[in-house]
Amino acid sequence: MTDRTPIEESRPLTDGRPGGTTSWKGSVTELGSRMDSYYGRPIVKEPVWQPEIPFYFWTGGIAGASSVLHGVARLTGNHRLAKTSLLIGAAADVVAPALLVSDLGRPERFLNMLRMFKVTSPMSVGSWILFVSGGASTTAALLELAGKLRPVKWAAEVASALAGPPLATYTGTLIANTAIPVWSEARDELPWLFGASATATAGAAAAIATPLGAAGPARRAAVAGSAAALGLAELMEHRLGFVGEVYKQGEAGRYGRIAKAATTAGAALLATRGRRSRAASVVGGALVLAGELALRWSVFKAGFQSARDPRYTVIPQKERLRARKGEA
Amino acid sequence: MTTLAEPTGSPAAWPDTYGDEAKPRMGFFTDTSICIGCKACEVACKEWNLIPDDGLVWTGESYDNTSHLGANSWRHVAFVEQRKPLFVTGDGDRAAIDAEPLRWLMESDVCKHCTHAGCLDVCPTGALFRTEFGTVVVQEDVCNGCGYCVPACPFGVLDKRDLPRSPDDAPLALPLLGKQEDGRVWKCTLCYDRLKGGHEPACAKACPTDSIQFGEVDELRERARKRLAKLEQEGWNGPRLYGADPDDGVGGFGAFFLLLDEPEVYGLPPDPVVPTKHLPRLWASTALAAAAVAVGVAAAFLGGAE
Repeated sequence: MTDRTPIEESRPLTDGRPGGTTSWKGSVTELGSRMDSYYGRPIVKEPVWQPEIPFYFWTGGIAGASSVLHGVARLTGNHRLAKTSLLIGAAADVVAPALLVSDLGRPERFLNMLRMFKVTSPMSVGSWILFVSGGASTTAALLELAGKLRPVKWAAEVASALAGPPLATYTGTLIANTAIPVWSEARDELPWLFGASATATAGAAAAIATPLGAAGPARRAAVAGSAAALGLAELMEHRLGFVGEVYKQGEAGRYGRIAKAATTAGAALLATRGRRSRAASVVGGALVLAGELALRWSVFKAGFQSARDPRYTVIPQKERLRARKGEA
Repeated sequence: MTTLAEPTGSPAAWPDTYGDEAKPRMGFFTDTSICIGCKACEVACKEWNLIPDDGLVWTGESYDNTSHLGANSWRHVAFVEQRKPLFVTGDGDRAAIDAEPLRWLMESDVCKHCTHAGCLDVCPTGALFRTEFGTVVVQEDVCNGCGYCVPACPFGVLDKRDLPRSPDDAPLALPLLGKQEDGRVWKCTLCYDRLKGGHEPACAKACPTDSIQFGEVDELRERARKRLAKLEQEGWNGPRLYGADPDDGVGGFGAFFLLLDEPEVYGLPPDPVVPTKHLPRLWASTALAAAAVAVGVAAAFLGGAE
């Protein structure tokens, strides 16, 4: 009957440091700030989002960047790649809303998402983006398979390609626009990181499903996206400073390491052997897809871990207050 | 969007949207220096608002077994035991007491009904809204349980209610729809129904020491400043107002506090900021990132089809 797991169970015990007990009351941190806590209890609430959400970040990213890949492929006359990425994007666009609806506390009220359009809510904006993107790319894919109504298909393809880039990036905005320390403090990096990750996964998926002769752009997108995502993740952890240590701990740390290893290996394989060997393209693409899924998991879990420990909420705020006092 | 980046002192688009129905902004001043920790506020709140039981747990944390605000606790009395003197300057009786300093701090926490409310800003369905009293309320018949408001609140006030469905509930055909929970978010409404009827909220009505004072926010702020000056003059250790400043990161609270120690001692954030304060810049950055995705993918076509 309780709202959530008892606090005793959710207390983090990482790197030998009890994250939520009175034993570190008044401890001096790395930054030299003293802080007390209320029995080590969290200040901000952990998100209530289920595993559907990181899967959605990944799926939505594939859908968004695939739409762009499809649009440019169509324009440059690479129709083989265009068809593959259109179908991949449409499939991802069908799965994405199902994941989101399933995560709702009241799934039968999912249409309430379209009651209004609010720029202050990235989730509201995102619902409309997904609505447009999903509608357009599934329409285009069905008409492509049926080979009918060419003008309607063209219009749908244009709409899908335009909705793609925001769909690939807004999820980073959504989590950055919270009070969760490790997300909020990374607001300059998260939309870029998620955009890069989306590009990598869309490229990887298309590289798996497209014959070698047409898959060049997909492969290059996968390699460039992977490299950008690896660099941005590194930059984000570095800029987060003290709060960024959650990326070295617990599940966020474990998935972060998997993400780095799998993405690096997959991108390297695609870059070196992907051009000649279909098998290498498939294995490399799968590794990039797995690595980027692990990245989304790592970011998701880091949010929970940083919410659970009041130090990550209190210390940056105290530093901010002190800096402001210094200025005044 | 009335820009949230600038402090406006009053909630965005309020009270203009209410026209003739607008009321003065109502709120709480919780004076923790006279709280006796009786928890009458917690009980009155639960009874009036028909909030379900959320389990009985002995925490061993002083007299606090509620632990935090949540879907089923809209008032929470914090208990802090400290080896600190109650007064800074002591002579006579006070000096004798302070030879072995010990004080027991109690604070009845509640939703802050922020001037710039993160929960309200991020709610995609419009379930959260600003009432004619300037308070922030969730409409239970609109909320679809997306959960965005939960991490968007800098104070961790909102939470999703998770209760088993009763056996009488009709079984739902799709497994997708058969979740065993209430699934919506809940929080303090500042007793919107009582306010509509001209009554004060249940917690304030039940408070035997007037630690919880209900009234017009402007007037409460004035009263709080006077109370703070009195405590300072009497030499209390560490009195301060929390959330009474309209220039803070959430534009001031509709329900603010007089505390006797740093906010984090009571489990409150020392410098809360509404997440949407950074949103204009964040959207600009997102647009650039989206453009970079498009340009990056286009650039991948430069090397030809192979």
